Amino acid sequence: MMLYWHIFLAFFIPGIVGYGGGPASIPLIENEVVDRYGWMSVSEFSEVLALGNSLPGPIATKMSGYIGYAEGGFLGSAVAVFAAVAPSLILMIILLGLLYRFKDSPKVKRMTNYIRPTIAAMLGVMTFSFFATSYTDSGVVQTIILIVASFFLLEKLKVHPAYVILAALVYGGIFLG
Amino acid sequence: MKQLNISIAFFRSGILGYGGGPSSIPLVHKEVVQTYKWMTDDEFADVLALANTLPGPINTKMAGYIGYRVGGFLGMLNAILSSILPTIVLMIILLASLSSVRSLSWVGGMTKAVVPVVGVMMFTLTWDFYKKSYQTLGKVIASVAVVVSLLLLEILHIHPAILIVVILLVAILKRDKAPRDEQEMKKGVS
Repeated sequence: MMLYWHIFLAFFIPGIVGYGGGPASIPLIENEVVDRYGWMSVSEFSEVLALGNSLPGPIATKMSGYIGYAEGGFLGSAVAVFAAVAPSLILMIILLGLLYRFKDSPKVKRMTNYIRPTIAAMLGVMTFSFFATSYTDSGVVQTIILIVASFFLLEKLKVHPAYVILAALVYGGIFLG
Repeated sequence: MKQLNISIAFFRSGILGYGGGPSSIPLVHKEVVQTYKWMTDDEFADVLALANTLPGPINTKMAGYIGYRVGGFLGMLNAILSSILPTIVLMIILLASLSSVRSLSWVGGMTKAVVPVVGVMMFTLTWDFYKKSYQTLGKVIASVAVVVSLLLLEILHIHPAILIVVILLVAILKRDKAPRDEQEMKKGVS
């Protein structure tokens, strides 16, 4: 019972303190898992992180799901994912519920309008960091090939992103492995 | 049928979102706004703004909230599980069956190739948001706001959550002057 409580705390705290999405909470998770509870060594943790980074899907939930499973089996996994996801999700449902109750008020419309340029700026920063990561990992030539090809497929030929990403996976497995 | 669509939408955006939570934002946008039309661009922007402001993983917050709105409590569980369960299972299987993940160089190669593709999708979404901004706020105000946001976020390293909260507060507190402001804004646009 104590173990499940610890698992809950180990993922609840990084989830609630880790502003800025999944990747921001990784060092916090490491702090709990390696330093506080000693469930893993640093090198084991980095092994898990390396694999987590190569697999698709949100990183924080993958880490919590796996580490929870390793420590407490299926129930441990469920507890860890719940602790990482539920608190901020509940807050979000309440806040957006309030927002939609006053959807037609000019105040709320203005919020939507005012926030948009900032979201555009944040997405722009993310765009840049994706390109920068690709430049560091795959070099300038591969990056440009992939950018031009995917832009053409997505925007000109209107291919569904799923197929473009699958094509990139095959390309990467063969040429960038 | 609705629950099946929720499963498909979040399974697809989860399993294709290489490179951590933020990479699935354009994929979720594609499913939710374009494929299934559960939300307008405006509503999606609100959800994204709030998800960025609150702590915790962004992708599951978005999945959970959108699933809840479309399909109630069951939809919420459905959306979260569809986006995270497949890769957690994959991770447990791989870590249990392999002594070292570093031998999987082709897995690394696959991930590397997806990063710029997601970058392109992110760029398109950025452009959409910018276009919407200048349709509502006017080109000058929108451009200035984008540049100021960039300076605050990247040069002064102000946390996005703080910036978003401040902007939302300004929008709320400005209520008394609202009608005049909106008229001025319309004049600015036309």
